[in-house]
Amino acid sequence: MTPAVLLSVPVVLPVLAAGVSLLLSASPIAQRVLGVSVLTAVLVDAAVLLTVVDSGSRQVLQAGGHPVPLGITLVADRFSALALLVAVVVCLAVMLYAIGQGSAERRIENVPSVFHPTYLVLVAGIALVLLTGDLFTLFVGFEVMLMASYVLTTLGPTVERVRAGMIYVTSSLTATILLLTTIGVTYSVTGTVNLAQLGELVPQLSPGLRDFLGLLLLAVLGIKAAMVPLHWWLPDSYPAAPAPITAVLAALLTKVAVYAIVRTQTLLFPRDEPWTLLLVLAAVTMLVGILGALAQQDLNRILSFTLVSHIGFMLFGLAMSSVLGLTGTILYFVHHITVQAALFLVAGLVEQRGSSTELARLGGLASGAPLLAVLFLVPALSISGMPPLAGFLGKLALLQAAVADGTGPVLAVAAVALLTSLLTLAAMGRIWTAVFWGSAPEGKEALGRAPEGGRTATAERASRLRTVAAALAVTVGLTVAGTAGPLSAFAERAAGDLADREGYRAAVLGEGSTP
Amino acid sequence: MNASNLTLALVVGGLFAGGSYLLLQRSLLRIVLGFVLLGHAANLVLLVAGGPAGPAPVAGKAGAAEAADPLPQAMAITAVVITLAVTALLLALADRSVTLRGEDDVPDPVEDALADRDDTGGVEETR
Repeated sequence: MTPAVLLSVPVVLPVLAAGVSLLLSASPIAQRVLGVSVLTAVLVDAAVLLTVVDSGSRQVLQAGGHPVPLGITLVADRFSALALLVAVVVCLAVMLYAIGQGSAERRIENVPSVFHPTYLVLVAGIALVLLTGDLFTLFVGFEVMLMASYVLTTLGPTVERVRAGMIYVTSSLTATILLLTTIGVTYSVTGTVNLAQLGELVPQLSPGLRDFLGLLLLAVLGIKAAMVPLHWWLPDSYPAAPAPITAVLAALLTKVAVYAIVRTQTLLFPRDEPWTLLLVLAAVTMLVGILGALAQQDLNRILSFTLVSHIGFMLFGLAMSSVLGLTGTILYFVHHITVQAALFLVAGLVEQRGSSTELARLGGLASGAPLLAVLFLVPALSISGMPPLAGFLGKLALLQAAVADGTGPVLAVAAVALLTSLLTLAAMGRIWTAVFWGSAPEGKEALGRAPEGGRTATAERASRLRTVAAALAVTVGLTVAGTAGPLSAFAERAAGDLADREGYRAAVLGEGSTP
Repeated sequence: MNASNLTLALVVGGLFAGGSYLLLQRSLLRIVLGFVLLGHAANLVLLVAGGPAGPAPVAGKAGAAEAADPLPQAMAITAVVITLAVTALLLALADRSVTLRGEDDVPDPVEDALADRDDTGGVEETR
């Protein structure tokens, strides 16, 4: 068995398991065992893949053994292996949380048996996007992932979810059609969709055509990544889904799109200078997102706008077009996946405790549920960039890259980034004072204790599982901070990988071959 | 490759224009139809990308030189399947919307919904 087989497992195993899981839908327990064990297996696989890629070189799998440009190519370099590992960890935590919620709310919510199969398909789609080596498979991966997310967001359709689902599906579909058009145009001018070959052919195109393709790809993936001004759909659609679904969508879907932006822009449209357009977009994304968050009155909507805002940080690193900037992007990417999942999971716990997500209806949870308060505080401080948490690590790397670059526009965006961090702290502080401090709102005096009274042992266990899952997500965030040194070094190597386009091409196409 | 096919280019343009127009309507059914048009437009782009028409690319029937390029066709069929599935899902959602809300209309912005919800106790009750 060659190491390249590791590449197929994260895609193939969840898809196969999804089919089996559908057959098992009569037995929820079997579905849960299957789901958790498959995700654990993929997690182990991703960890092994990471060590293999880090010690050796890029791993390439030509699916079905077809020669390079004809078959489906899967490629893992350090960035994709790291992204895959973090994504699977978060998926596992969210699945545990969803299991906890499923058994706690089965009678009320009647969670249908399609949850587990769909969730596994979602994981397969994410893995496919992260590992793919050609543009069309990227599209297919996105579609697999989005199709699963359409189903998950509209599970148990209420008026609110149908409204949100409509917005979400419509926006994503528009992006999908545009992506397909982009692929068509790319194919007609280059005659290939293989990223390695495109990396060679696209820079030879006329500047006008090249910029057109670059901007089209940026716009299309920008919709999926919720980059301002293409973010309109996100704050309206994510909060309506069930808490675990919101967490996994917020943590992974937009980030997977950011990954695709980084991958395509570094590989196909290499730049030596900072990219002014993306710098401006990054700054606008940060500011609009965080100002939107400050204006909201609902916990989930504040978190959604914060999510939009922090997409800007990752774009900032990419816009600097330097290895240091990409290092910052990778560190921020890892941090943001974990922290956003943790925040939304905790928001779900808050909602369960206070039966609302509106700030005005919550309060006094710090005394009623101190553990919950700690679970919120850690990711909230992390996303605001408080040392020594993971958010600080990412922001520090970005700011160091900006100072190393030293040109005016980059430094201006760095200033905006600092301001955004401050405003994020304000937004998180607002949640903290409204939800955890103060007294419980009227009519809910016994907020902290009331739910304990009439609970069955099963509900108690399920609630504990949710807390453990949220704690797991928070712990992953802390681990990121704890391993800051090795992680930074790794991110720097991964950024070097991204900048080394020749190496990518040689690994995929074989030494010395020409398209 | 094949920039000279004006008919197909015009058709693609017309489909994109019509699709975008329908997408901006308030009726959900029209939005779905808009997607159908946009999907066709994208598939035609893939078709045009494949270059000039030729005999079916089956081994033994046509040489590699004159046969039609099979890759864009493979892409188009994948895209057709995906568009079909999503259209079905959209129709189901539109149907749900009619059943639940009694109207085939794009729902109001969420700020309005938030204002409406102020008296009802938040997200939990709407689930």
